[in-house]
Amino acid sequence: MSNSTSTSTAGQQQSISMLKVLNPFHVWALGVGIVLVGEFMGWNFSVAKGGAYGALIACWVIGLLYSCVAMIDSEVTSTVAAAGGQYTQAKHIIGPLMAFNVGLYLVMAYTMLEAADALIVGDLMSAVAAATGYEGLNPQPFVVLTIAFLAWLNYRGVFMTLTVNFVITLFAFLAIIALFIGTDPLNPGSVLKHSDLLTELPYGWIGVVASLQFGMWYYLGIEGTCQAAEEVRSAGRAIPLGTIGGILTLLVAATLTWYISTGLMPWQYLGQATTPLYDAASIIGNPSLQVVLFIGTMFAAIASANGCINDAARAWFSMGRDRYMPTWFGAIHPHYRTPFRAIIFLIPIAVSFAFTGLLDQVITFSILSGLLGYTFMSINMIKFRKMWPLDVIKRGYIHPFHPIPALTLLGLCSVVYFATFLGYGASLLSIMAFYIVASVWFVMRRYQFVKRGDQFTMPWPRPKGY
Amino acid sequence: MSNYIPKIQHKRGQLFDSLFVLVLVYVSLYIPLFLESDTKSVDETVLTQAHTWESLDVSTVEQEQWQKLGFDETAAAEIINDKFDYTINPVMLVITALVIIGYFFFVLRVSQKQYREVIDEKFGHGDTQSDKEATR
Repeated sequence: MSNSTSTSTAGQQQSISMLKVLNPFHVWALGVGIVLVGEFMGWNFSVAKGGAYGALIACWVIGLLYSCVAMIDSEVTSTVAAAGGQYTQAKHIIGPLMAFNVGLYLVMAYTMLEAADALIVGDLMSAVAAATGYEGLNPQPFVVLTIAFLAWLNYRGVFMTLTVNFVITLFAFLAIIALFIGTDPLNPGSVLKHSDLLTELPYGWIGVVASLQFGMWYYLGIEGTCQAAEEVRSAGRAIPLGTIGGILTLLVAATLTWYISTGLMPWQYLGQATTPLYDAASIIGNPSLQVVLFIGTMFAAIASANGCINDAARAWFSMGRDRYMPTWFGAIHPHYRTPFRAIIFLIPIAVSFAFTGLLDQVITFSILSGLLGYTFMSINMIKFRKMWPLDVIKRGYIHPFHPIPALTLLGLCSVVYFATFLGYGASLLSIMAFYIVASVWFVMRRYQFVKRGDQFTMPWPRPKGY
Repeated sequence: MSNYIPKIQHKRGQLFDSLFVLVLVYVSLYIPLFLESDTKSVDETVLTQAHTWESLDVSTVEQEQWQKLGFDETAAAEIINDKFDYTINPVMLVITALVIIGYFFFVLRVSQKQYREVIDEKFGHGDTQSDKEATR
């Protein structure tokens, strides 16, 4: 009796699908929206670890890492077009335990990033209040308000959520361009003082390697475009266009950000600044630019938190739908067609992460979860081509030079693990302990609830070697 | 071979499992605090010294930028003297590398076994051509 009831409920849930309403601009807004906040805060911690030139090398090396991520993602996601992104890919290509881990990487990376974003909004409000004579404004209500409002937006529908993200992300990107123009780049030395502020590598080449860890912040989250795969009108067109357009936008934004910041601030200050681009506008002394950068920083943080809620909820929902996590989360709202239970469940969790006061641990957890996901992607790509060669299934996009991007990605991930070890070794080990315990727990407890055959839903032939 | 029929989980079990993952996350967030992961260090004797821009080895342009940011010599000295220590402990490095490699090895190995169950249930258990090729 209970069996039939449960099957019927699961059947009803599966009959309601998410709406296919998104286009390449929404995909761009989702990817760049999550990431662009990294230019407004966070990337500069790489300056602390390796100096200004170290951060520039990190920007380019990690840019290469993310170019590989974008190429691989575009091919696999345009073929595996389902909510959950890399989680669903892992389920179809590697197996349930890997999929469970990838789902956790996504949820942890995005929820922790969302918490950090909301903290930035709260701190900015507090700073503005202090600047206008209201010292000691408590930022915590703004943190809660930001997360609650964005969760409501996500609850109401993906189209509105990502349309809002497109507008505010575009504004934030244009704010960086406006700041660049405001520094009079055609007259080096007038505003930008690179010749006086750029120093030699303060820690030598070991510092450059160490700086790769926070170099991830320039681009962390671009792979989130995959989460929209089930809601785009044409996955084969929208995902590659949105993702590769997004990585190009970020490469431009990251390079401009480095150029502006290192030409205005001593590297030691830059390495610990909370909002370096806003500080850059303050140094120039142009009040209009300051306002634009304040709004840009605020919008970037909101867009990032918005995209993170979108992606974390879809990954959590997908895991619930497949019974990797409790099935209660695998429900879609009958009217708004959103994963509403997953969205609501993650609100207090994000708020509590934001209130732990462990911002550096939260950020490191987010970065490492992302890094574990990229390591998986390189293995996934090699298996994908081997199990279903190009002539066996139709792909929406085929990335060139295989297996060079996958092998490059694997090599770069190994270097970033080492970079994280330099300075954050204990965090690295404790986060690995989390994923190891969670994996054992999945095998010993959760896997008994998983229906084996349901884990493969793509209309593909039997994979080679199985 | 008959298909696997998964167990049905009751609401109490679902709640317990959700909370278990949450507790696990919080524990791993707090562990580094006990292990003192932060390797940035400030020399205490340096902090108590009186500083001038010259003693901090700061150029005139750098000094101007520090001042525009609202920092005097003492406040700037605290940031300038806060440095990373990249001394590598070889034992910890080897342990960390083994943990990461071991983790992926375990996950891929178990996933492989589970994936065969998925494929067998989806496509049917049997000696397919690809199976034969795989065992050669």
